[in-house]
Amino acid sequence: MYKVYHRIEQIAGNVITVNAAGVSYRELAEVTSAEGVSLAQVIRLEGKRVFLQVFAGSRGIGTDARVRFLGHPMQTSFSEALLGRVFTGSGRPRDNGPAIEENMVDIGGPSVNPAKRIIPRNMVRTGIPMIDVFNTLVESQKLPIFSVAGEPYNQVLARIALQAEVDVIILGGMGLKFDDYLFFRDTLEEAGALSRAVLFIHTAADPTVECLLVPDIALAVAEQFALNDKRVLVLLTDMTNFADALKEIAITMEQIPSNRGYPGDLYSQLAARYEKAVDFDTAGSITILAVTTMPGDDVTHPVPDNTGYITEGQFYLRNGRIEPFGSLSRLKQLVNKRTREDHRTIMNTMIQLYAGFKETLEKQSMGFRMSAWDNKLLKYGEMFERELMDLGVNIPLEEALDRGWRILADCFEPAETGMPSDLLEKFWPREARPQDAGEEGGEPPAGEAEAAEQPQKSENDSEKEQEKASQE
Amino acid sequence: MAKNVGRIVGVNGNLLTVEFDQPVIQNEVAYAVTGKVKLKSEVIRIRGRYAEMQVFEDTTGLKVGDPVEFSGELLSVELGPGLLAQIYDGLQNPLPELAERLGFFLQRGNYLPALDRSKKWSFTPLVEKGAVVTAGEALGKVPESIFDHYIMVPFSFPGRYTVESVAPPGDYTVEHEIAVLKDEHGHEHKVSMLQRWPVKRPIRAYAERLRPSEPLVTKIRIIDTLFPVARGGTYCIPGPFGAGKTVLQQITSRHAEIDIVVIAACGERAGEVVETLREFPELTDPRTGRSLMERTLIICNTSSMPVAAREASVYTAVTVAEYYRQMGRDVLLLADSTSRWAQALREVSGRLEEIPGEEAFPAYLESVIAAFYERGGVVRLKNGEHGSVTIGGTVSPAGGNFDEPVTQSTLKVVGAFHGLSRERSDARRYPAIHPLESWSKYTGVADPELVERARRVLRRGNEVYQMMKVVGEEGTPLEDFLVHLKAEYLDAVYLQQDAFDEVDGATSAERQQYVFRKIVKILETNMTFKDRDAARSFFHGLTQTTKDWNRAPMESEDFKQIEQKIEKMVAEVTSYV
Repeated sequence: MYKVYHRIEQIAGNVITVNAAGVSYRELAEVTSAEGVSLAQVIRLEGKRVFLQVFAGSRGIGTDARVRFLGHPMQTSFSEALLGRVFTGSGRPRDNGPAIEENMVDIGGPSVNPAKRIIPRNMVRTGIPMIDVFNTLVESQKLPIFSVAGEPYNQVLARIALQAEVDVIILGGMGLKFDDYLFFRDTLEEAGALSRAVLFIHTAADPTVECLLVPDIALAVAEQFALNDKRVLVLLTDMTNFADALKEIAITMEQIPSNRGYPGDLYSQLAARYEKAVDFDTAGSITILAVTTMPGDDVTHPVPDNTGYITEGQFYLRNGRIEPFGSLSRLKQLVNKRTREDHRTIMNTMIQLYAGFKETLEKQSMGFRMSAWDNKLLKYGEMFERELMDLGVNIPLEEALDRGWRILADCFEPAETGMPSDLLEKFWPREARPQDAGEEGGEPPAGEAEAAEQPQKSENDSEKEQEKASQE
Repeated sequence: MAKNVGRIVGVNGNLLTVEFDQPVIQNEVAYAVTGKVKLKSEVIRIRGRYAEMQVFEDTTGLKVGDPVEFSGELLSVELGPGLLAQIYDGLQNPLPELAERLGFFLQRGNYLPALDRSKKWSFTPLVEKGAVVTAGEALGKVPESIFDHYIMVPFSFPGRYTVESVAPPGDYTVEHEIAVLKDEHGHEHKVSMLQRWPVKRPIRAYAERLRPSEPLVTKIRIIDTLFPVARGGTYCIPGPFGAGKTVLQQITSRHAEIDIVVIAACGERAGEVVETLREFPELTDPRTGRSLMERTLIICNTSSMPVAAREASVYTAVTVAEYYRQMGRDVLLLADSTSRWAQALREVSGRLEEIPGEEAFPAYLESVIAAFYERGGVVRLKNGEHGSVTIGGTVSPAGGNFDEPVTQSTLKVVGAFHGLSRERSDARRYPAIHPLESWSKYTGVADPELVERARRVLRRGNEVYQMMKVVGEEGTPLEDFLVHLKAEYLDAVYLQQDAFDEVDGATSAERQQYVFRKIVKILETNMTFKDRDAARSFFHGLTQTTKDWNRAPMESEDFKQIEQKIEKMVAEVTSYV
């Protein structure tokens, strides 16, 4: 029943053109050439001319390649059998398992009716104090991790994936290094989480077009799980690669670029993916965490900039830590009033004092004399960075709050913190300076003098090494 | 009448090229048919026998040769009782009803009537047989939420009409005939409560346009006192992401002293619309004692909904706002965000392969933005009453840089500019409106003379602060240091406002006048201190006390007591030289 077309009229970039009739927009086709068989999708119709984007790339396609239209748009299978499996961006198995072709659903479906959404209300626990305490992740939130290349963002993602209390984890890898892919697979497997995960992986060596499909296919599967009452966490890394793939295709198609070569619809394209995050009125939810690497650490670059306007906050990953300034979870107010009564106060007080610490560091570097208060702040900042900010710290929210109180008690008098007196009464640790009070057998406290003298920023590298050491 | 049907010859994203034989109209609505689904679209360019059309839906599955049915009508909205408290998409489909029918997702090709056809409204005629009326004059009224909703002669009726008959008082549906009008040539026209109006054409059925002069009280101090908005004026809020644009608009939509608020959520997050739509029905409007939702209307086309409908959504919103203005109401239209709308224009322009302007925005961007804001204004209606549409639009400049085309085109046409700054939002100084960069051409609630004096303190304070960064505190004379402290004080206790505090969150015009006069007086008091630390700690204390004052209800005993305490504190440091 399918007609096969033999004459390719034009090949430019990854887009080929054939003359065909009765083809519908966004329909899939199979292109058979000496290189093998690849899927392709219709991206423009112009009279008889049909423009097809070839998923595997156009290299090796001859003008006599065979094109067979399949009569349906891009689909993916959805069933429980997907769990524990690894696929490519176009849905072919990447592990050695069998292809799954039951219960096909369209990808990139319509958006959710806002009237069917609800205000998010559940916290997602990650065990990372900088997230749980200071910028709580909320179920159905969409949040990017802004990072510079070289930061351990994939490690952070993997940790959140393992610790978050969700039913299904879906990983969409775009332009991943092959060893990063193996890292994710092995980490999930070791922790026994692979059986509740589905991986869609496009590695840097795979054809660009497949990179474009990864978020859509991952989110289509996530949506189906969510409709079946599952709480789904979708991890996307790295969305900048996705945007670059969009740019590449747009330029091949001779579209007018808008900002630094990116197509004018970059915002809409990103939003269409991120907005899949949802808490359904009467079913499950989708939470999206996506890495966006910032080229040149520039947050005004079109990709992080557009992302920031779409998402509900952002985490900044810098020097191996989640920065307290700039990082923001826009939805945290919805949940942190119900965790523990001291949560908000600890969050605000500790950040304000940390800001004071940063100011003191500046003063110190300018050679001003340190007052007694400055010395307290210096001690505090150092403890805060070591015992809460460090990504190696892995404790539940309540323990992190307790630890916050202990740090405050070690450094300040109760009145100096400016906290409401009823909370101080209830939570301020009784014993004066109980450095060895027995809980969590944490790191030994560092000498105060050392803390006060530590140089800031000038030697990032040595600092990082110290952190690594303390993680082990 | 023979249907005018064309054929698709090209598909590129949401842009169709359609071949036609019979006449078509620019901006005419047409439906592309694929299988059983009809997709709404609009003609945006005509070249020879080919019309280029933008489709308001996803175009997957369309084929070359598929039929396109032209409707002969421009893109229009339905106007009539029942609009308030509704939630529409950009094409005026009621979202709750769509959800009821289709479930979680917005399936394409489903269009529902905007107004409930079965609901009955209690009609009271206001004219008698033989009366002479023109477009926009009331024929009768029905009660809608807290207002009388006037049923008017359709705005599209030119010339004068004689009332042939009018329905007696009673309950009617929106499509029921309520009057028959005879035009000057003796033709009869039937009129119902429902009328249609093309969204891209301003409604002009009024006597004259006036200059906006009365302030619109938003209860946000920095706006009402320093950068006021007038009823019928226009203003814009540009700011980088995370600076609080949307929160500012949400607060405004809650507290503004206005009859009706139309919220156009244009290309922004769905989550924000959900907050409004789930919370507003629970909140009470202090002015009427009724739910806030009853004076609110939401047009939402969030970022993942089809782009072409995003462009339509701001026009739908402004048309509905104009409709209520015609009844003598004061309407506030909040558009969040106009940048997304401009981007929608850019996407279409790109597909049409037009020669791009700056940052690939189309060259006509400026005139389109100007025409939109010009639809705001105060008018004197034919019956002598006044009505107004105030337009407030947020702008989301790329990279937070105000030099980009959308911000610049908007600044040229608005009457007030509330620029949000990253520094202020990082320092948690909310609302993050920059007190030195923003401006307004309107007159606010406070005495302009006092405002000028306060502004001078802010400017001087900033100069001192800049200097202090170089020479350090030690190098700053105590006198200058005091100016800095005073500016900081004004900022902390008056410009900043805690949106989450019930009292501080909304300051009435009366209270603003009272408090502002007090604070300016403090700023202009000569003070003596022994050194900088003494001055700093005095101002810390004063700030703390004044903040408490802000949190005390104006009529309360606390308010008076704290006021006396402040006076006493100031008197202790005043120098009478």
